[in-house]
Amino acid sequence: MPAATSRLGAGRRPYGARSSFETSRRAFRDDSATPGTGSSRTPLQDSLGILTPSALHFERHHSGVPVIDPATHELVIHGLVDRPRVLTLADLRRLPSVSRVHFIECAGNSGREHEGRPGADPQQSHGLASCSEWTGVLLSVLLREVGISSTARWVIAEGADAARHARSIPLDKAMDDVVVAYGQNGEALRPEQGYPLRIVAPGWEGNINVKWLRRLHVVDRPYMLRDEAASYTDLMPGGKARRFTFVMEAKSVITRPAGGQSLAGPGDYEITGLAWSGRGAITRVDISSDGGTTWTPATLSEPVLPKAFTRFTLPWRWGGRPTTLRSRCHDETGYVQPTRDALIAARGMTAGPDGYNHYNGIKIWTVDGDGTVRHA
Amino acid sequence: MAMARFVMRELVGLAIASAAVVAGAVVVATAQPLAAGIGRAPTPDEVAALDISVAPDGTGLPRGHGSPREGELLYRSTCAPCHGARGEGRAEFPALAGGVGSLASAQPVLTVGSYWPYATTVWDYIHRAMPYDSPGALTSDEVYAVTAYILRLNGLVAETDVLTETTLPRVVMPNRDGFIADPRPDVR
Repeated sequence: MPAATSRLGAGRRPYGARSSFETSRRAFRDDSATPGTGSSRTPLQDSLGILTPSALHFERHHSGVPVIDPATHELVIHGLVDRPRVLTLADLRRLPSVSRVHFIECAGNSGREHEGRPGADPQQSHGLASCSEWTGVLLSVLLREVGISSTARWVIAEGADAARHARSIPLDKAMDDVVVAYGQNGEALRPEQGYPLRIVAPGWEGNINVKWLRRLHVVDRPYMLRDEAASYTDLMPGGKARRFTFVMEAKSVITRPAGGQSLAGPGDYEITGLAWSGRGAITRVDISSDGGTTWTPATLSEPVLPKAFTRFTLPWRWGGRPTTLRSRCHDETGYVQPTRDALIAARGMTAGPDGYNHYNGIKIWTVDGDGTVRHA
Repeated sequence: MAMARFVMRELVGLAIASAAVVAGAVVVATAQPLAAGIGRAPTPDEVAALDISVAPDGTGLPRGHGSPREGELLYRSTCAPCHGARGEGRAEFPALAGGVGSLASAQPVLTVGSYWPYATTVWDYIHRAMPYDSPGALTSDEVYAVTAYILRLNGLVAETDVLTETTLPRVVMPNRDGFIADPRPDVR
């Protein structure tokens, strides 16, 4: 009889933890001179389903993770409004709430693929994206609450962190689907994700999803904060830079089999991965195992939600010969994920202030004859 | 009992407001807001203390002044250890000066001088987030002075210029017109 069966198990515990056999972890460089600045990446290759465990959600901070007491935290809404308001967390909990599943993705996610330094595994190549169920109050509800003036066009969201990170959000987006969230995957936000309050701007680059939210300033124009005037702009060949490049376009990555893994030998496998689009729902994912000559539609696992990770699967028989695996997704606007070559033809190879932002090219994994999977 | 009636009334109000949202009307523009009793009004002082927003035309800048000369000493002690004596940057700390005219080249050098479109953004970012390990430690005048010195390193103001809430927004940055709207989807 197995040991686990022949003796009594462990007792209860008030707050659970994963099995001691599980080792999946975020990855980050820890040699920075400014430890609060930087990012950690989600191990997408270990991800099951579409939700990222909160403990594995990617991080990006400019000045570290603040400690904020929710009992004293306040959100101030002011500017071009009829009734400026100070709201506590308890106040927000009295307002109508929503729960929505959305991905958040750093603008620079997979930018090294653009650059030609592809990540060795899904965590390194695409790990600056995660997906959670977010619970909170629609920003549109708060704005109606305070009564926005007819000259209002943008809303500045500002955090309570040491960088007082802030971004200007266009009013159309603010009134559409932005959530002022206090919940993540069934519990309060994690500190790294903005505890106790954050902006979730579905489908838009991570930087505008302001964490540790403490102030909403309704204004008549964008205020050209550093992270919209200089950083988070996309420099193009010829010297002009695109700005207000908010939306994260449709992207997919095979997470298994993928770089860093190996196949045990010829036989049957499941190809699985994640696809997402900042413009809406994923409608189709095609997979090619012959260099992009023929494509087979994968099955999309329910639920398929707009601006959320969508899981795709496809049974696959590997004959034992060297090959490549790639995925190509489509979204509800008819947009099809482009190749790296097509993106570079349109946008060139000019690094912007943060490297390469908004890259969404098709990701290719190489399968060697011995079953080793590598980045192509 | 009075309490129960109050709650009931609020619930009815909620239902009406929700119906208006569904109908696509401009909601609660004149009527009682959805939950007027929730939260409190901030005092003007409270808002003034929190409101650090600064727009490109200078809206929001506090009164103050600073010159490159005044900023130099502060820059050397506070900023140079990371950003370099001449704003040349070091390792992960970005360059603040140089690169003007390089954006269209094969090796663009992106700095405050070559890339940032508005001088107010420089003031705002220093005020908001710098010095990195003690944000908020500088007075308004010190922020004007350090901003002036960084602009001086880029040749954008003269040694004797004094930046104030009026003169700072008038500094024309070389890359002011270097930005275009998002054309995506640009690849199909």
